[in-house]
Amino acid sequence: MASIDADQVTRIAYLARLAIEPADVARYARDLSAILALAEQMNALDTSAVEPLAHPLEAPQRLRADEVSESNRRELYQSIAPSVDAGLYLVPKVIE
Amino acid sequence: MHTRSVAELAAALRRGELSSEALTRLYLERIARLDGSLNAFITVAAEPALEQARAADRRLARGEGGPLTGIPIAHKDIFCSHGLRTTCGSRMLESFVAPYSAAVVERLQAAGAVLLGKTNMDEFAMGSSNENSYFGAVRNPWDLQAVPGGSSGGSAAAVAAGLCAAATGTDTGGSIRQPAALCGVTGLKPSYGRVSRWGMVAFASSLDQGGPIARSAEDAALLLAVMAGFDPRDSTSVERPVPDYAGALAQPLSGLRVGLPRQYFGEGLDSQVETVTRDAAAVLVELGAELADIDLGNTHLAVPAYYVLSSAEASSNLARYDGVRYGHRCQGPKDLLDLYCRSRGEGFGTEVKRRIMIGTYVLSAGYYEAYYRKAQQIRRLISQDFTAAFEEVDLILAPASPTPAFSLGAKTDDPVTMYLSDIYTIPVNLAGLPAIAFPAGFVAKMPVGVQLIGNYFDEARLLGAAHRFQQATDWHTRVPAFAAA
Repeated sequence: MASIDADQVTRIAYLARLAIEPADVARYARDLSAILALAEQMNALDTSAVEPLAHPLEAPQRLRADEVSESNRRELYQSIAPSVDAGLYLVPKVIE
Repeated sequence: MHTRSVAELAAALRRGELSSEALTRLYLERIARLDGSLNAFITVAAEPALEQARAADRRLARGEGGPLTGIPIAHKDIFCSHGLRTTCGSRMLESFVAPYSAAVVERLQAAGAVLLGKTNMDEFAMGSSNENSYFGAVRNPWDLQAVPGGSSGGSAAAVAAGLCAAATGTDTGGSIRQPAALCGVTGLKPSYGRVSRWGMVAFASSLDQGGPIARSAEDAALLLAVMAGFDPRDSTSVERPVPDYAGALAQPLSGLRVGLPRQYFGEGLDSQVETVTRDAAAVLVELGAELADIDLGNTHLAVPAYYVLSSAEASSNLARYDGVRYGHRCQGPKDLLDLYCRSRGEGFGTEVKRRIMIGTYVLSAGYYEAYYRKAQQIRRLISQDFTAAFEEVDLILAPASPTPAFSLGAKTDDPVTMYLSDIYTIPVNLAGLPAIAFPAGFVAKMPVGVQLIGNYFDEARLLGAAHRFQQATDWHTRVPAFAAA
């Protein structure tokens, strides 16, 4: 049975871009392992012949005409941003 | 006044017996006096509510009132409300004010409902007890040491305590039905696609549905009539006409075939809750229904499949919270990675982080087939079980929760213990079916609800059956002592 250890918690947290306090890693490892054990109850049944179901009504994605229907509301949307300037979202320097 | 139904209040408003302004003041006064003990509200918007009430009174005076004109309601804090903050019970969105309103909010506003405020909830809708809110736990008005259920705990508690006439909730794995059952009120999860998710902050996009929480099926019908309907802005919204839910309430139950799933009456179900459920079945029989035992053979796989699928979808949906465009941003980020990691680490609570991490894991290379794809295969089997059952029966009766409301802190040590309390509600979301929970009795002085599950887009039949039940019983009229004052 799979379980998740401290190293895996650190790796998963990095993938998910989540800062986890070192003191909390063991607790997360324990809890995530318990949830994984729950997930593995699915293995009680052989489902190899079953088609996966992604959409509960199995409806296709609705399409619309390729026409412009939205207007530029950048100012409105950026009014709630943490840090903007000249229409750009500001973040720490990415490229050296 | 605060225990009167929406239907009664609307009639009183139309007759001019009371004004929306007076009614709104009454609820605002009750919230100010009582919500300190419940913590059902995150934001109360008194002045805007009174303005809306006065506008409603003007409409009513012109004879232009509809079924919800002037009725004070609350929205779960997961629905974007233009100008009024939407927190999702999270530090991540503590100060977030959406630049637009959700479809559900727009529709209820257009119908003349008065918005009292936004209700507390488990963070990002992840929880079954409303103990996961950054803004503190909500208490059950029937016992302040007990949970109201979750994630729509604030809405259910507010309706039960008479702090609003009705409220909205969302249900991904039971988050309308379970709190409704634990608080002694009526809550309906519509079919997937029935109510627009536009502006409803996404947790698990293939499972989420918004719906009404109210004092009766009749009231829920009045709200659903306004909430439901095609919305081109939600790509999963279904183009089906909305039936006249209120008009269909009085349909008799004679000949209605009601199924009882064997797998829902086994181990884990509190024996007294089982008794309440079977008593409810007996009432339906008296009203003309026929009972049949049915099998939903893959029920035991539903909870594992759900926690894989919903966590995977959550990890994707919550990736947008990165401290860049809105929401919480950490102080002094040293680089982009630090910005993302600390903003998210600080902004999200423990349960949300757990689910994001499980979701990330099951979607990652090497594990996708074993967990995510497997869960989707289980999903098809769960759905097929219901389809087969609905060949034999019209509705399915089930418990809504294995126990009445448990104590605060009782299930918080181990996440899986909490997850298992969703056993009767989760399969419905996996299949995308509609279901309603309504009060059916008491166990140790705590309300117990039951659940009726319907076929796709058969909300009218669900509401009608619950309404007939409520005409023959009075469980839904009981009021907690806390709210009597």
